[in-house]
Amino acid sequence: MRLRYIAMRLVKTVLVAVAVVLLSFFLIRVVPGDAATVMAGQSGYADEQYMNSLRAEYGLDQPLPVQLWKYVRNVAQGDLGTSYVRRQPVATVIMERLPNTLLLNAFALVVAAAGGIFLGAAAARRPGSLGDSAVTVLAMLFYAVPQFWLGLIMVLVFGVWLAWVPPFGIETMGADYTGLARLGDVAQHIILPGMTLALYFLASYARLTRASMLEVADQDFVKTARAKGLTERRVARRHILRNALIPLITYAGLQASILVGGSVLVENVFSWPGIGTLASEAVKARDNPVLLGIFIVTAILVCLFNLITDIAYSIADPRVELG
Amino acid sequence: MGFVRRFLSRPTTFAGLVVFFLVVAIALGAPMIFAHGPFSIVGMPLLAPGAPGLLAGSDVLGRDMVVGLAYGARISLLVGITSTCCAVGVGVLLGAFAGYYGGWVDDLLMRVTEFFQIIPSFVLLMVLVAFLQPSLGSTVIGIALVTWPQVARVVRGEFLTLRGREFVQAARVLGMRDGAIIFTQILPNALPPIVVISSMMVANAILTESALAFLGLGDPNLTSWGSMIGDSRSAMWVAWWTTVLPGACIMITVLALNFIGDGLNEALNPRRRH
Repeated sequence: MRLRYIAMRLVKTVLVAVAVVLLSFFLIRVVPGDAATVMAGQSGYADEQYMNSLRAEYGLDQPLPVQLWKYVRNVAQGDLGTSYVRRQPVATVIMERLPNTLLLNAFALVVAAAGGIFLGAAAARRPGSLGDSAVTVLAMLFYAVPQFWLGLIMVLVFGVWLAWVPPFGIETMGADYTGLARLGDVAQHIILPGMTLALYFLASYARLTRASMLEVADQDFVKTARAKGLTERRVARRHILRNALIPLITYAGLQASILVGGSVLVENVFSWPGIGTLASEAVKARDNPVLLGIFIVTAILVCLFNLITDIAYSIADPRVELG
Repeated sequence: MGFVRRFLSRPTTFAGLVVFFLVVAIALGAPMIFAHGPFSIVGMPLLAPGAPGLLAGSDVLGRDMVVGLAYGARISLLVGITSTCCAVGVGVLLGAFAGYYGGWVDDLLMRVTEFFQIIPSFVLLMVLVAFLQPSLGSTVIGIALVTWPQVARVVRGEFLTLRGREFVQAARVLGMRDGAIIFTQILPNALPPIVVISSMMVANAILTESALAFLGLGDPNLTSWGSMIGDSRSAMWVAWWTTVLPGACIMITVLALNFIGDGLNEALNPRRRH
């Protein structure tokens, strides 16, 4: 049964990926002028003959369905086109930066989940207390603050005024640390961007954990655990928290797309050399293939992450309706 | 208790309304209040707040920050409200048909909304606005394009539960046509959640617009809160106000809208009615 479910989710993931590629092809068509006009414009030289040779070279003179088929085939083979500016394959440019983005997002996700669960569980223990209200107020504030602005304030306060941690980049330029020293250096640099990215999600995880724990606390198996004479502490940890965490798995999947969107902005603020900074560079240089490549890569990554969380959910909660 | 009293009885909602109307008044009145436009240079660059005639100081080019902030309110509200109107229009129409008729229309719409839920919509939005050339129009269209599925989902859910109710069956027995049932019978009953989600969407659209403008994807001929922050990044170290003030404006406006949304949710929630 579970294998069937996983197979169906796999098919769905592939379909979404195909839809992403189709949408991208459509987006290329939306741009006024074709790639030949853009490239000719950048080389500063454009007579009709040169444009036509460019069009023939990139297959722009062929019928639309043929172009679509070629595009889908190329993307499936990992060919995302060529960067107008760097004259390098888009896939190469993105792969260079991707590990940094994954590192930042993973850090933010772990901090947000750990911090959120801790705060949410603490708030659920005493609903209506001062700490409980503080969590609610913080969540409200983080929903209203533009993430990039929060990042700038962090740079200003912790990076410049207090100078606790380095505000920019992923490691100290020119220091050439190796091994543990390098790890420590990166760890210092990830604190500000990682925390900025994590805070929004930390607030929502806290709220979700709180609500989920209060709901689970009412169920019969909790009463049974209490009736058995377990301590309140043990009931909260072993019985309530464990079951309350299950919905968080789905939530993490649903929030992945927002996390990635946020990381584009946060990377830009902290000059973190990931694909988010690459995206804003591409925007400034009008390097459309790179921007589109980033969309395709991030969309497929989020898709895969959703697949993983769905499978994890079906394992954590076998009662889930498989279909 | 009437709806209005229930709505206004929450202090946060009331505060949210006051702030929101203040922002609207400043946005509408900006051209009448200030003699100069947001781009005119009025003095030395980077004068601190409180300098003669400059309540909020001046920016990197010596432009009056107060004027910029007031004109920025116009863009935030304009983008927030128009993009939400577009998204709600499309979402209500598609959600209503899908929920009412069900079948393959519904399946298709659900797949589309799931697609939009999974893909990183901010990245898609960046691509859209960059490809269409950054302008007020492309910002509004882009935000509406990535947000309408939220509305469609909510409306579809409401229609799905309402379409089997007795008052709908009665309308059908009376010989009312589908279009009339959808718009005069079911839609009015589905309005409360639509109103609540709309207020939240205006807030989110304001945040999104500021992020786009910050990245340089805003209309280059207009001053917005996001572009003010983006333009003053190099001066942030020496002139905190150029960054802090526009961000605070965004935060206060969004907070006010979220408070209004919460208040609407409480006041319109049928489960709380007697």
